[in-house]
Amino acid sequence: MSDLAVDRSIDRSKMTVSDEVAIEISNMNKWYGAFHVLRDINLTVNQGERIVIAGPSGSGKSTLIRCINRLEEHQAGRIIVDGTELTSDLKNIDKIRSEVGMCFQHFNLFPHLTILENCTLAPIWVRKTPRKEAIETAMHFLEKVKIPDQANKYPGQLSGGQQQRVAIARSLCMKPRIMLFDEPTSALDPEMIKEVLDTMIELAEEGMTMLCVTHEMGFARQVANRVIFMDQGQIVEQNEPEEFFNNPKSERTKLFLSQILGH
Amino acid sequence: MSDVSFVRTEMLPQQSPPASSVGFVGWMRENLFSGVANSILTVVSGVFIIYTLWFIIGWAWSPTWNAQSLNECRAILHDLGREGHWAGACWGVINDRWEQLLFGFYPNGTEAGVADMRWRPILAFVLLGFALAPVLYAEKVPAKMIYLTMAYPFIMPWLLWGGSIWGPIMVAAGFVIGYIGYRVLSQLAGSLIALILSVVLAVAWWLFAAGGIAGMLADLTPALGLEPVESRKFGGFMLSITIGVVAIGLSLPIGIVLALGRQSDLLIVKSLCVGFIEFIRGVPLITLLFVASTLLNIFMPPGTDFDIIMRVFIMVTLFASAYMAEVIRGGLAALPKGQYEGADSLGLNYWQAQRLIIMPQALKISIPGIVSTFIGVFKDTTLVSVIGLFDPLNLTNAIRADSDWNGIVWELYGFIALLFFVFCYGMSRYSMYLERKLRTDHH
Amino acid sequence: MTTLTDPPKESFRLSMLIYDTRYRSMTIQVIAMIGFLVLFGWLISNTAQNLQALGKEPSFRFLSEPAGYDINQRLIDYNSQATHLRAAFVGILNTLLVAVLGCITATVLGVIIGVLRLSKNWLVSRLMSVYVEMFRNVPVLLWIVLIMAILIETLPAPRAFRGAEPEATMKLFDTVAVTNRGVYVPEPLFSNSLGNISFFGEHSLRFDISLDLLAFLAALILGLFIRSKINARANALQESTGDRPRTWHLNLAAIVVPTGLVLFALGFHLGYPELKGFNFKGGTHMRNSLIALWLALSLYTAAFIAEIVRAGILAISKGQTEAASALGLRPNRTMSLVILPQALRVIIPPLISNYLNLTKNSSLAIAVGYMDLTGTLMGVTMNQTGRELETVLTGMAIYLAISLLISMAMNWYNNSVKLVER
Repeated sequence: MSDLAVDRSIDRSKMTVSDEVAIEISNMNKWYGAFHVLRDINLTVNQGERIVIAGPSGSGKSTLIRCINRLEEHQAGRIIVDGTELTSDLKNIDKIRSEVGMCFQHFNLFPHLTILENCTLAPIWVRKTPRKEAIETAMHFLEKVKIPDQANKYPGQLSGGQQQRVAIARSLCMKPRIMLFDEPTSALDPEMIKEVLDTMIELAEEGMTMLCVTHEMGFARQVANRVIFMDQGQIVEQNEPEEFFNNPKSERTKLFLSQILGH
Repeated sequence: MSDVSFVRTEMLPQQSPPASSVGFVGWMRENLFSGVANSILTVVSGVFIIYTLWFIIGWAWSPTWNAQSLNECRAILHDLGREGHWAGACWGVINDRWEQLLFGFYPNGTEAGVADMRWRPILAFVLLGFALAPVLYAEKVPAKMIYLTMAYPFIMPWLLWGGSIWGPIMVAAGFVIGYIGYRVLSQLAGSLIALILSVVLAVAWWLFAAGGIAGMLADLTPALGLEPVESRKFGGFMLSITIGVVAIGLSLPIGIVLALGRQSDLLIVKSLCVGFIEFIRGVPLITLLFVASTLLNIFMPPGTDFDIIMRVFIMVTLFASAYMAEVIRGGLAALPKGQYEGADSLGLNYWQAQRLIIMPQALKISIPGIVSTFIGVFKDTTLVSVIGLFDPLNLTNAIRADSDWNGIVWELYGFIALLFFVFCYGMSRYSMYLERKLRTDHH
Repeated sequence: MTTLTDPPKESFRLSMLIYDTRYRSMTIQVIAMIGFLVLFGWLISNTAQNLQALGKEPSFRFLSEPAGYDINQRLIDYNSQATHLRAAFVGILNTLLVAVLGCITATVLGVIIGVLRLSKNWLVSRLMSVYVEMFRNVPVLLWIVLIMAILIETLPAPRAFRGAEPEATMKLFDTVAVTNRGVYVPEPLFSNSLGNISFFGEHSLRFDISLDLLAFLAALILGLFIRSKINARANALQESTGDRPRTWHLNLAAIVVPTGLVLFALGFHLGYPELKGFNFKGGTHMRNSLIALWLALSLYTAAFIAEIVRAGILAISKGQTEAASALGLRPNRTMSLVILPQALRVIIPPLISNYLNLTKNSSLAIAVGYMDLTGTLMGVTMNQTGRELETVLTGMAIYLAISLLISMAMNWYNNSVKLVER
């Protein structure tokens, strides 16, 4: 695993954490049948924070961020996103999903639609944006992820890295306040990881609130303001990246870091 | 001599392979005579093929096209010195009856005072080709043609059955009313409520307003209509194709709903759908046709009596829907879960996700299955002969009972089999081509 | 663990029925249920009104009335004085008879054709493709009617067998008579017959099973049991020494000897059909309707089975064959140890659903006058008694039960062979 993913200096001028709370999770629990996947999660994310969630596979980190936009349902505790409580109320769920963008490990682009159509779909149908405006927005974000020339191709014609950048652009077209990344680089070939991470860094530089589940520790070190380590469905340790990597407190964290960083 | 170093000073030119492994001879060696057993197989099947073809061509080569009866055929063949059971085919029966085998008793101009109306079914089926084009070749035809596709379900019955044009228009108006109702209501209330109310609105229109208004308009403009044709005049291949097209066309939306119901988490909805699908798939079509011929009128409110072809349409549609539901369910199951999650994460609701993301992909995957369901239903339309409709098979009974053609077997059945074969084989080839195209298309 | 805190309880509002995921599904289901019940109730009330107007109260009493019609092809005792219930029972047995015969023939034919279609011989594989396409793309009803017409029109009448120089002769060393009234084949007879065992006494559903047949089956099962023991010993020997003894002759003997002994003890011989007067007597008479239906269903279904077999074998990747060859397995061992076990997993589920189709298609018997369930209960009985509702619904229920049994067998098989996968 590359320790240093990015070889350029990062503009931290807009990477400020405000006092405004973006996500508040308290005493959240979740079970798959009898299996207790998330145990008593408490987490507050402020607007502008960039959080990396790390941990061994099966530790519940993906499940945690999937609970935030209700791809998974939590059974106990509370989740409040941007002031809206995530309950079984459909209106709240729809509101939160349109405020929270998400990128998946396998991109989940819609293969039957062009890149442009992928990006304009949700703005048109969910946000009720006029088509012309939606296309303008989409082209703006496609330029930002540096693939405007592919707008009329289909996802299957693009490389993995390009697809993931389209997926990011697709989420951005909804003008989300929060972005969730679920292992966005795990399914990519090594040479494509960098282009996706670059896009993510640019996003961070603009002050986006981000929650990333990732194994890219270089990214965590340089971009995150907080690293959370999960194991067995619990938050084991969280700290600023410098402290987290140089001076881990928990034995589990030390073991994990030695496995992931030691070659 | 342990020197292993070697340098080639002269490059070898490419040489042709031995003559026995290329060209026709090579092909024969590889595919026909690659061993003793294989050679024997080749000889045996070669002899079989030559004998069969010789026999069939000898029988089919028979100058009896203009004969008026089986006896005349025999006389012609007798004059040529050909005797016996396999003397030759009697093609006169096809010449005499092919129009009936194709169109049944649809007015052909022979009856006094009734015009030749066979252009109507022909036009209807030609238009069907155009109506299907936007679905099958979305990229190659103008987008405007989708309006023809949407209007076709109303044009086809009008062409086939005739009558005033206002009837189909008023039925179509019900859909428009329902759609507008949904658009308006969904602004005021939730989509679920809007959906239910707009369905109620459309049904109310059909039940209470459509008939009256259509009748009134028809009286005002009698010129805007076609000569009506009764259902019992339908027959031959026209009947088979009509039943097949109606059943598949209607079963597609019903099948989609059933497949979604079967895939849903809602226990009651799911059990209702599973119950219906398994019931229909568990009984032979012929029993459903018995329901059409004997029971359907008993199930309807006292006094309703709609004709047998309508009842057959209903039952064959229900039959096809169950099979269609299973085909579409297969398509749904083949979609990765990520597609649902992608749609969810963007905030699309259930119906938006189904309409924009899931169904376009699932239906595309299902096209080969849909075509083979269609082939199955088309072949099964021959079953309506058992309940007395005049499909091609039932017409053969009438023809063979005719004293002129009593004793004809191969010519008639062969002709019908050939037509079915051309249709079904063509469609199955086409679906294989589509399957290949879909596999290599953007994905 | 800390105590679990839940979001504050909201008081119930009516709009939650639609907007709350917990209640929404319930709301939709209740609406669906109400819609279904309304539709169902509407159909029932219509039916009740219509039947009342026709003066036909639903009743199944007709089943115990004399049927008054004859069934010429049957497996159990029946005459026109028997009840409608018995006629229906004869019909069910006839349905099962043609279904079982058809499935067996179709499987044998289908497997042969499917394998031949994969043959390297170009001519043979093309020939088989022609067969498959020819039968698949023409309606089965047409095949049934066509074969029936051929049997009637082209086969010799029994009287053609008469005289010193007959126009037609019996086939297979004078044992089988093929006529336009049907095929007469030798019947098995037992001079020391054990008799029959009766079920259901004097009831309409009474049927007899030949004890001779049961004895034969018992011997066969015994033989199979011995065979499995022999193979188990061979396996044990192979595991301990690595050598596998030749067992095929023992296997053959295990099957042949017990059954042969039982047949000998029962005095098994064949009763041949003989021409008496204008018709054949003796032997088993298979009517044209049965033959036409059986042949057509077998030929038609065989085309589908051939495709399934071909697809099943092709589904096993070439890599599997290459891997097995690379390990040094001979072609026949490759087939039996590597290809077949995997291909069967792919083949058997669609195969069973084709058996189901064949069974359902057997209802087309009515087109050629073979008296199966459709021909008796939903045919003559319905026309004679005018009990459309009762007969059609009962007939459908019986077909449904047969289908569900076959599907259950298929599900059981699918679950038992599911590949263990991560």
